[in-house]
Amino acid sequence: MLEIKDLVKRYGGGDPVLKNLDLTIEGESVVSIIGSSGAGKSTLLRCINRLVEPTSGSIELNGTELTRLRGRNLRAARRKIGMVFQGFNLVDRLTVMENVQSGRLGYISTWAAILRRYPKEDIRRAYELMERVGIAHYANTRADQLSGGERQRVGVVRALMQNPDILLADEPTASLDPKTSEQIMGLLRDLAGELKLPVLINIHNVAEAKEYTDRIVGMRYGRIIFDHKPARLDQEEMDRIYSGSPHADRNENLREAS
Amino acid sequence: MTSISEQFGREDWSRFSSRQKWQRFAIFAICVLAIAWSISSIEVVWAWVWDAPSQMGDLFKRMYPLDTTNLATILRVLWETVNIATFATAFAVLMSLPVAYLSAQNTTPNRATLWLGRLILVTSRSVNTIIWALLFVAIFGPGVVAGIIAIMFRSIGFIGKLLGEAIEEIDKRPVEALEATGASRFKVIAYAIVPQVMPTFWAVAILRWDINLRESTVLGLVGAGGIGIILQGAIDTFNWPEAATVLLAILALVILGEVVSAFLRRRIL
Amino acid sequence: MSETHDTWRKPPFISNPVIRWAVYLVALAYFLWVGATMPIDWGRVAEGFARAGRIFGGAFPPSFERSGLLIDGFLESLKIAVLATAGGVLLSIPIAFMAARNVAPLPIYYFGRFVIILARSFHPVIVAIVFVKAVGFGPFAGMLTLVVYSIGFVAKMLAERIEEIDFGQVEAMRAAGAPFLSTIFYAIFPQIMPRQIGLTIYQLDSNLRASAVVGIVGAGGIGATLANAFGRYDYDFALAITIVIVGVILVSEGLSGQIRKRIA
Repeated sequence: MLEIKDLVKRYGGGDPVLKNLDLTIEGESVVSIIGSSGAGKSTLLRCINRLVEPTSGSIELNGTELTRLRGRNLRAARRKIGMVFQGFNLVDRLTVMENVQSGRLGYISTWAAILRRYPKEDIRRAYELMERVGIAHYANTRADQLSGGERQRVGVVRALMQNPDILLADEPTASLDPKTSEQIMGLLRDLAGELKLPVLINIHNVAEAKEYTDRIVGMRYGRIIFDHKPARLDQEEMDRIYSGSPHADRNENLREAS
Repeated sequence: MTSISEQFGREDWSRFSSRQKWQRFAIFAICVLAIAWSISSIEVVWAWVWDAPSQMGDLFKRMYPLDTTNLATILRVLWETVNIATFATAFAVLMSLPVAYLSAQNTTPNRATLWLGRLILVTSRSVNTIIWALLFVAIFGPGVVAGIIAIMFRSIGFIGKLLGEAIEEIDKRPVEALEATGASRFKVIAYAIVPQVMPTFWAVAILRWDINLRESTVLGLVGAGGIGIILQGAIDTFNWPEAATVLLAILALVILGEVVSAFLRRRIL
Repeated sequence: MSETHDTWRKPPFISNPVIRWAVYLVALAYFLWVGATMPIDWGRVAEGFARAGRIFGGAFPPSFERSGLLIDGFLESLKIAVLATAGGVLLSIPIAFMAARNVAPLPIYYFGRFVIILARSFHPVIVAIVFVKAVGFGPFAGMLTLVVYSIGFVAKMLAERIEEIDFGQVEAMRAAGAPFLSTIFYAIFPQIMPRQIGLTIYQLDSNLRASAVVGIVGAGGIGATLANAFGRYDYDFALAITIVIVGVILVSEGLSGQIRKRIA
């Protein structure tokens, strides 16, 4: 279970990007976060695995408080959080197998990592997962030889190799064409079911969010203003989520304050 | 009726405004003054200057025909020259890795190490190979050791600088991704940074080997091994036919080196 | 695929195993054999560390007592660099045109290339000892050396730039009936001028560096001063000279970088 309480993130001295945000994700549900650019979706996701340092508040994953971890403990916690990126973030000059195994780096010894002597069970699991998403025949191919959809499959397998307790996906389909992007979303949904894994997806495409996820969280300028089943997301709610500008929002704050 | 030229009243045109003209004139004047100052104050025996073309012609005439009696020795020492360049490059490549790591802003542990890295680079780069060689000949005595270490010291700065810049220019997204998997700093470097700088690494190593081949041909002049000793010996004894043979051998070596490094570059990159 | 895979090897860089092991073995044999047969006097090397201590001990603190000598040496280096840059760049322009495939006829092209290869192949120090023998000790030999050195670099880079120019502009001039030299001045010079100025400034900087070296073999400048100090075991003066050389090189590198950035 992921439990976020009163989370604030402020860059420098400016307006907070996340404003006292609360969010709980239980069980193996697929949750999507929607909202216009700059709403803080990406910052929220990166606060969870601490790629971005939260300013205040608490994030608990299965009883472990993440916000205060440092060094070795932080790395141990990160192993349990898989992440899929918009730009795939693969190491282009390594083979698909090495990219996939890089998800296990937190578990294996440094020597094994450098000499590429991966444990047998890791290799077996890698082949199983690659087979599952249809890229097993690329194991020895360099990552930059693959198409966008195939690269994102590598990204997904890398995250799953971590044996995560939760999977975060930051705009996983924004760099893909519509057909491939549907395939990836379908894959994320199916894998969540098969592996009993909660998945948190930032997404721009509302139609995909409605079709492939169990729950939609709508964000506007650092706040959650919608959190329901996809069916409840009607035109009126859509307008509420996607309207306004940071500037207008700030004025609203002023009015509330005065 | 007025003609077009009368209507517009302009027959003159100039490319630059008067301010630009003055600027250009000033820069030009500075260049001319610098050259004039250099010519007028340099300590040159002008008679020798006017004599130079005939002296050069005379020199080349004395080089012919080539004297190849010592060709075997020349080739053996030429091989030693190649070895100096190769060994020095190999050691320099290994030693420049930690320096590059320290001097790249995104990998260096802290500010102090960053400045340490940069200090090593600057020191190594600003002192010429020959000057390094003078120093190491004084320390280790004449011979190849001084030569190898001198070339190595100069190469560390060159390779380290280019490699450090390559590290600073990598794609940061894979680094972020591997940090998100909980990998340690060292493993992130091994998996996300090393593969990205590998092409630059090989390119720089090959380039420096090519340069070092040329540098190692002159080490002998200060006693640090290689073909330079034979060349100096031949020139000092006015044995121009042999000097010409050595010069041609060096020319062949350098051109061969360029061919080899072009081949390696094509194969590896 | 029904059987389970649990082994994986990274595909090797050279896929043919025979060639791969041959390359490894040859490389290993080379380094072992050459390393073992290198004429190294280990006793002398071991002594070296004590000697290094003495040299560095003698070098500290650096002595600026004879700063007059130092300044004279430097001014001479500067003069050599300025004159060599001026001469080298002027000579480079016609050679670059000769060595550009798109403007020069084939025989002239080969000649131009040959001149550039010849100028590039020899280290300035080798060129310097030949010139010292031909025209005598002193700055004139240094200047000639650096002229050759400048041609090797400037003419090569300039020829590459000329080969990249937009030839449409040349055609336009020819179509307007412009004579040969006017075509060069109007259609080619404007395209290569920025590169030419940048190269000139860069070459002035590298000539200054090189002039510190060619002096060691008698071609004038600060290098001669340094070699003398070393020869007389005046390590404190040698260190002072080295410090000044490094300082001047850093300043001139910074300056030339700034100017080139401003121009580009």
